[in-house]
Amino acid sequence: MHPAPSIIFFTVASGLGFGMMFWLGIGAPTVIGFNAFLFYLVAYALAVGGLISSTFHLGNPQRALKAFTQWKTSWLSREGWLSVVTLSVIGLYAIAEIFFYTRLIPLGFLGAVLALASVFATSMIYGQLKTVPRWNQWTTPVVFLAMSLGGGALLAGQILPAIVLIVMAAIAVILAWITGDKAFDRAGHTLSSATGLGTDGAVRAFEPPHTGTNYLMKEMVHVIGRKHATKLRVIGMILFALLPVVLLLLSANHVTGAIAAVSHIAGALTIRWLFFAEAEHVVGLYYGKR
Amino acid sequence: MPKDQPIVDTSPKVSDEVRKTTCYMCACRCGINVHMKDGKVAYIEGNKDHPVNQGVLCAKGSAGIMQVNAPSRLKAPLKRVGPRGSGEFEKITWEEALTIATDWLAPLRKTNPEKLAFFTGRDQSQSFTSFWAQGFGTPNYAAHGGFCSVNMAAAGIYTMGGAFWEFGQPDWDRTKMFMLFGVAEDHDSNPIKIGLGKLKARGAKVYGVNPIRSGYNAIADEWIGITPGTDGLFILSLVHELMKAGKIDLDYLARLTNAPVMVNGDEKSPEFGLFLRDKNGKPQVIDRKTGKLAAFDKKGVQPDLGGTIRKAGITYRTVFQLMADKYLDPQYAPEAVADKVGIPARRIQHIASELARVAFDEAIEIDQPWTDFRGETHDKMIGRPVAFHAMRGISAHANGFQTCRALHVLQIILGSVEVPGGFRFKPPYPKPPEAHPKPHCGAKPDCALDGPHLGFVHGPDDLLLKEDGSPARIDKAFTWENPMSAHGLMHMVISNAHAGDPYKIDTLFMYMANMSWNSSMNTGGVHQMLTDTDENGDYVIPRIIYSDAYSSEMVAYADLILPDTTYLERHDCISLLDRPICEADGVADAIRWPVIEPDRDVRGFQSTLCDLGARLGLPGFVNDDGSQKYADYADYITNHQRRPGVGPLAGWRMNEDGPTGGGRGDVNPDQIDKYIENGGFWIEHVPDEAQFYKPWNQAYQDWAVSKGLFDSPQPYIFSLYVEPMRKFQLAAEGHGDRQPPDHLRERIGKTMDPLPIWYSNEDDNKADEFPITALTQRPMAMYHSWGTQNAWLRQIHGQNPLFVPTKIWEENGFAEGDWARVTSPHGEITVPVAHMAALNENTVWTWNAIGKRKGAWALDENAPEATKGFLLNHLIHELLPPKGDGLRWSNSDPITGQAAWFDLKVRIAKADPPSESLPALPPIKSPVGQGPKNLTWKVGK
Amino acid sequence: MTQLPTSTEKKLGLVIDLDTCVGCHACVVSCKGWNTENYGAPLSDQDAYGSAPVGTFLNRVHSYEIQPDQGPAQLIHFPKSCLHCEDAPCVTVCPTGASYKRVEDGIVLVNESDCIGCGLCAWACPYGARELDQAEGVMKKCTLCVDRIYNENLPEEDRQPACVRTCPAGARHFGDFSDPDSNVSKLTAERGGMDLMPDQGTKPVNKYLPPRPKDTWEDIDILAPLLEPVAENAGGLLGWLDKTLEKL
Ligand SMILES: Nc1nc2c(c(=O)[nH]1)N[C@H]1C(S)=C(S)[C@@H](COP(=O)(O)OP(=O)(O)OC[C@H]3O[C@@H](n4cnc5c(=O)[nH]c(N)nc54)[C@H](O)[C@@H]3O)O[C@H]1N2
Ligand SMILES: Nc1nc2c(c(=O)[nH]1)N[C@H]1C(S)=C(S)[C@@H](COP(=O)(O)OP(=O)(O)OC[C@H]3O[C@@H](n4cnc5c(=O)[nH]c(N)nc54)[C@H](O)[C@@H]3O)O[C@H]1N2
Ligand code: SF4
Ligand code: SF4
Ligand code: SF4
Ligand code: SF4
Ligand code: SF4
Ligand SMILES: [Mo]
Repeated sequence: MHPAPSIIFFTVASGLGFGMMFWLGIGAPTVIGFNAFLFYLVAYALAVGGLISSTFHLGNPQRALKAFTQWKTSWLSREGWLSVVTLSVIGLYAIAEIFFYTRLIPLGFLGAVLALASVFATSMIYGQLKTVPRWNQWTTPVVFLAMSLGGGALLAGQILPAIVLIVMAAIAVILAWITGDKAFDRAGHTLSSATGLGTDGAVRAFEPPHTGTNYLMKEMVHVIGRKHATKLRVIGMILFALLPVVLLLLSANHVTGAIAAVSHIAGALTIRWLFFAEAEHVVGLYYGKR
Repeated sequence: MPKDQPIVDTSPKVSDEVRKTTCYMCACRCGINVHMKDGKVAYIEGNKDHPVNQGVLCAKGSAGIMQVNAPSRLKAPLKRVGPRGSGEFEKITWEEALTIATDWLAPLRKTNPEKLAFFTGRDQSQSFTSFWAQGFGTPNYAAHGGFCSVNMAAAGIYTMGGAFWEFGQPDWDRTKMFMLFGVAEDHDSNPIKIGLGKLKARGAKVYGVNPIRSGYNAIADEWIGITPGTDGLFILSLVHELMKAGKIDLDYLARLTNAPVMVNGDEKSPEFGLFLRDKNGKPQVIDRKTGKLAAFDKKGVQPDLGGTIRKAGITYRTVFQLMADKYLDPQYAPEAVADKVGIPARRIQHIASELARVAFDEAIEIDQPWTDFRGETHDKMIGRPVAFHAMRGISAHANGFQTCRALHVLQIILGSVEVPGGFRFKPPYPKPPEAHPKPHCGAKPDCALDGPHLGFVHGPDDLLLKEDGSPARIDKAFTWENPMSAHGLMHMVISNAHAGDPYKIDTLFMYMANMSWNSSMNTGGVHQMLTDTDENGDYVIPRIIYSDAYSSEMVAYADLILPDTTYLERHDCISLLDRPICEADGVADAIRWPVIEPDRDVRGFQSTLCDLGARLGLPGFVNDDGSQKYADYADYITNHQRRPGVGPLAGWRMNEDGPTGGGRGDVNPDQIDKYIENGGFWIEHVPDEAQFYKPWNQAYQDWAVSKGLFDSPQPYIFSLYVEPMRKFQLAAEGHGDRQPPDHLRERIGKTMDPLPIWYSNEDDNKADEFPITALTQRPMAMYHSWGTQNAWLRQIHGQNPLFVPTKIWEENGFAEGDWARVTSPHGEITVPVAHMAALNENTVWTWNAIGKRKGAWALDENAPEATKGFLLNHLIHELLPPKGDGLRWSNSDPITGQAAWFDLKVRIAKADPPSESLPALPPIKSPVGQGPKNLTWKVGK
Repeated sequence: MTQLPTSTEKKLGLVIDLDTCVGCHACVVSCKGWNTENYGAPLSDQDAYGSAPVGTFLNRVHSYEIQPDQGPAQLIHFPKSCLHCEDAPCVTVCPTGASYKRVEDGIVLVNESDCIGCGLCAWACPYGARELDQAEGVMKKCTLCVDRIYNENLPEEDRQPACVRTCPAGARHFGDFSDPDSNVSKLTAERGGMDLMPDQGTKPVNKYLPPRPKDTWEDIDILAPLLEPVAENAGGLLGWLDKTLEKL
């Protein structure tokens, strides 16, 4: 799949933002007043920024509100609702903390659950797609949730949970890579099943329908070299988990925390880039790109 | 409907108006419905009533809207200001343009009309343009047939009075076995596809004989991936098997062909190999009833296929016996030919047996009595449901004429021509060579030519030679080098004019042919010839006038451009005098008319010729008082009469009672309106009793006369044996007073066999050093060079890899994205390659004419057509590689002069990818600028 | 509207005959022409005369080679447009309701005025049948020519999809699959019409007729008696000729 920067930024940023909201919602850390304001500023900047960024990818962003209508069937719509509700609930909760120095604990927990639900909904936009076998497995929501929780914890300054969850997220990502590498073949889609032509012999794509490119090829047939991918996976893992965890274990202060956060986010972006770039859509079969 | 399901307007207004005219995105000439909105072309679809396409439309036809609006359209007359080939022009007015042309041409006509060479490309108004050239008086006129498919046309006419496409078609509704030789797309593109669809729907078997299995051959049930250039041998092997097994239609051969005609068998006779004729010149047969000689067409005669007779010391045997002698020879046995043709012997036998089985065991009958030219009435029409179609794959080789002849002979011995289920002629065909004019070259100053330029020769006497024996025409058509060059040799004009051989010309006037690019062999060499200067610094070809509608590669090489309209902006007529659009069961013609007016300063080329003809005072183009006779082409179409009662259009001519249905009649001033009312065409059906056996069927002959197709009934028999060819051989053997030059005697003797033969062209093309054949194919969605300017079509074919078969692919270790250097005896190109398995293992190929010159067609200079696309033409030369005999032989069929595009032999090797296809030519300046970036095309709201 | 109807009154769709398609792209371009002028936004083209032209098409013709174990390779032309799936995943993913499947005939459409151009439906379609128009930013797909097949401004016989009407080889057939006696149902039954990627569970309405067996000549016995020689040489042939002509 085409690794569109707006979508990569959206999923990573909103994941972190909602992750932070989860921790803030359950009161870890418990923040009040200006301090709270700063935390929520970061969380909202990430979540809202991410959501706004996702609209860059739309052909007609001015109609974005219409996306709220189909919550019965569409994960994207559900994600929209859940985000808005989360932002509202956490918003109320935050207002109380910032301006009224009050913690409405049940509201906080509700917001925390909603924040996770939002991330889950985001993950399901991808996870539900049978057409992309690498995404269409249990690892997708797990990875999204783990990354959100781990990153959120880090930004929320929850060192121990951060270390544990980032390690878990890293394991989930590695698992997703391992299972994902085989997912396409496991799903059993071949040029032969795509065309129904396999009964008499091996099928091979001969001429494409157009000598130039098209929307489908740009959007769904992104081919990334294996060597390239392996290198990026290693870099991604180092930045996402290894470096932050080591730094936090060595000494957890503001400086290391900041470096760890930057490294983690860069790693998350790399991993998310790979999430898209490595994903193969079955339509690639028709174009002989597999 | 659920309440939240949107309401869709399922009945939107389609258009304000439909205007019906004829497509011209290719020469198939389908009927189109042009939907208009706000006076603009909005949508084009096929016309369901039209005889050619019956409503369907190909990709090109549907993309017509992108053609009439192409940014590459020329906008005004142009005068060259930079050096030739630069593309630098200035806009001038029509008055200036026509004055320049008149000033150049008038003195030529006054002194030496042959100094004008007027050649038109895929012109659909040849009866008009040739009429103009005849009026001018130059012998140098032809259209593109010589480099296209003259082998097919001439072999068909000489053998049976017509070939494929415009001449006839398989009986798609009845045939049970169909064999297709060497066709990728063909001119009859929609009818062939409709026909194949019918066969498929009925489950009839399709055999594709082609080194490449794409397109039509991809849907063939049986693919015969023949070695290129060997079809003649394969066909004669089928003939061998069928004759040996007696699976031939003896009755048909005896009655309807020259198989029973008596041939002089005395080697010493000056008439050796010629027919025994009576005092009226009629070929003689032996009547089986009497055992005596009789004219072949005598009432009641039953010609004997086997008789021998001795007369005045000379033994005469039938053509059939000569055929038996020749084709039963073991050299044609499947085992003997299998290796050369690349088809296992058992498979050749299998095909022969299938032909025999279907033709004879599955014969069909139609209860329709008919009367033949000998007066005999038959109560049924017997059909042999095997049909053939072939095109350039067998004709564009230097042995193509004989190969095409062989195919016609195969059809004829099976008795499958002009019978139900077989091959059927389209009126005004069949028309034997005798019914066509002979070629003429009588040029005198200030005078019209003494007759039509092109035609059919019947022996050395008809050649177009000057008194000193040198060629009378600039292209050397109808000379000893290619005696039966019925369509001229457009591909030789530029090189001959440049060499001043046979003489120098002054003005080259061309129309609708991209001669500096895809229609020339040796493209780089042609650029050289067009721009070469003499010792005075003058161009060797002094003046070039060209008419194109678009900014093609050729435009840059002309001195004066007369911009044409597009096909939706002009009058045209698709005339029975020309290449007709008839169907086997109907006679038809059609028009184009301006469904929109041009928005540029351009004029229909034929109208320009009406004007120029008048300025030059050409006979036929001026009234008695010297004034212009035809205001424009529409005026000509309506009012011109070629013969009394016969004009360009046959529909709705006048008699005493007003407009007739069609056929002969007087001029009707409202004729074009009648056509428009009827959807742009006229058709009249052939009566039932005249549907088959047309050459011999009295009912057909009478009907054809009534429609003005001929002036009197002209029944004839098919020529398995082509006597005029024997006359050329006799000359080469030293008989007669018109003698060929010595260096051509052997070749004439060898190639002009009156019975089809096969010979190899491999040695001539250095196949020992260059073992791979390189071919081109027409893409169905592109028309030569002119498809590329179409924004929709160029997305489908924007570049053309060289397709390489598995064996060569593996030998060279090619991988996707690789490039190869391809070398021929003449040149070298470096191009992208792609793998194809369904391909003859010694053949490579590419799509024709996708490669483009930078700067042409209003495209970006980095267009893939220019950077990755390529022309194979750089590797093909108009002359064969030197043989060491001090002579340069032309790369053409020795009989007709057909350009041998498909004899090209190459070598191939992996190459480092260059930044663009090689040779990379410098850009030419675009006289029309460049097209817009993005398109969101929508007409009306 | 992204809920799929539980059933539709008709099941309109296409049958595409892979044994007959010659790969001419006529259907591709007539579709482009009709849909540029009709339903919704025109199908735009970017860099139309430039170095990388790319435009929106609702129907594209691929080609594939099959290399059997025995015999020569085959080439199949393969047109592909929306298959109007019964379980259309493109519909259920759509967040706006722009994508929907019509209850009356099962046609899957995009209501462009609701479409935000998120591209998700194109991701959900296994067949590559949807393209986002780059000029308008809305999703385009085959409409089964919903604005032709019921269009009262067209003559009765023209009320069929543009691609079907234009296909020169007659390789495309349009009809109602819910009617077992329709042309499309019959063709599907007779010729073994097949689904593409059945394991995606989309239940496509459009069916493909597989190519008939090719190059079967070796399986068929040479019809020996047919080629039984009457003569090995010219003399023999003439003897046979005499005998045969006697009988005529
Ligand atoms: N779409 C489209 N239609 C066109 C044209 C176009 O440019 N585009 N051009 C028109 C013109 S001008 C012409 S002349 C016609 C030509 O129409 P076609 O006769 O179909 O010509 P080509 O496309 O050159 O295809 C030649 C075929 O012959 C095969 N071939 C080559 N050598 C041999 C051989 O030795 N034996 C056999 N059996 N096959 C061989 C090639 O593989 C190829 O399939 O098409 C006309 N129609
Ligand atoms: N390698 C290789 N080369 C070949 C062949 C091959 O098989 N292989 N085939 C050969 C054959 S058969 C042919 S017929 C030739 C074809 O070659 P050409 O006859 O050169 O064909 P086109 O490229 O169509 O060019 C015709 C010119 O007509 C112009 N034109 C288009 N419409 C109009 C119009 O309405 N009015 C005017 N005045 N001009 C117009 C176009 O812009 C173009 O410049 O190519 C030959 N060249
Ligand atoms: S075959 Fe196509 S391009 Fe040629 S005349 Fe017919 S519709 Fe037009
Ligand atoms: S083919 Fe694709 S776009 Fe069409 S209904 Fe099926 S899933 Fe949807
Ligand atoms: S692109 Fe349009 S139709 Fe497709 S899912 Fe998004 S909103 Fe729905
Ligand atoms: S049915 Fe209409 S919209 Fe669909 S592919 Fe055919 S022409 Fe295009
Ligand atoms: S128009 Fe018909 S034959 Fe041509 S590509 Fe489309 S389906 Fe195939
Ligand atoms: Mo041609």
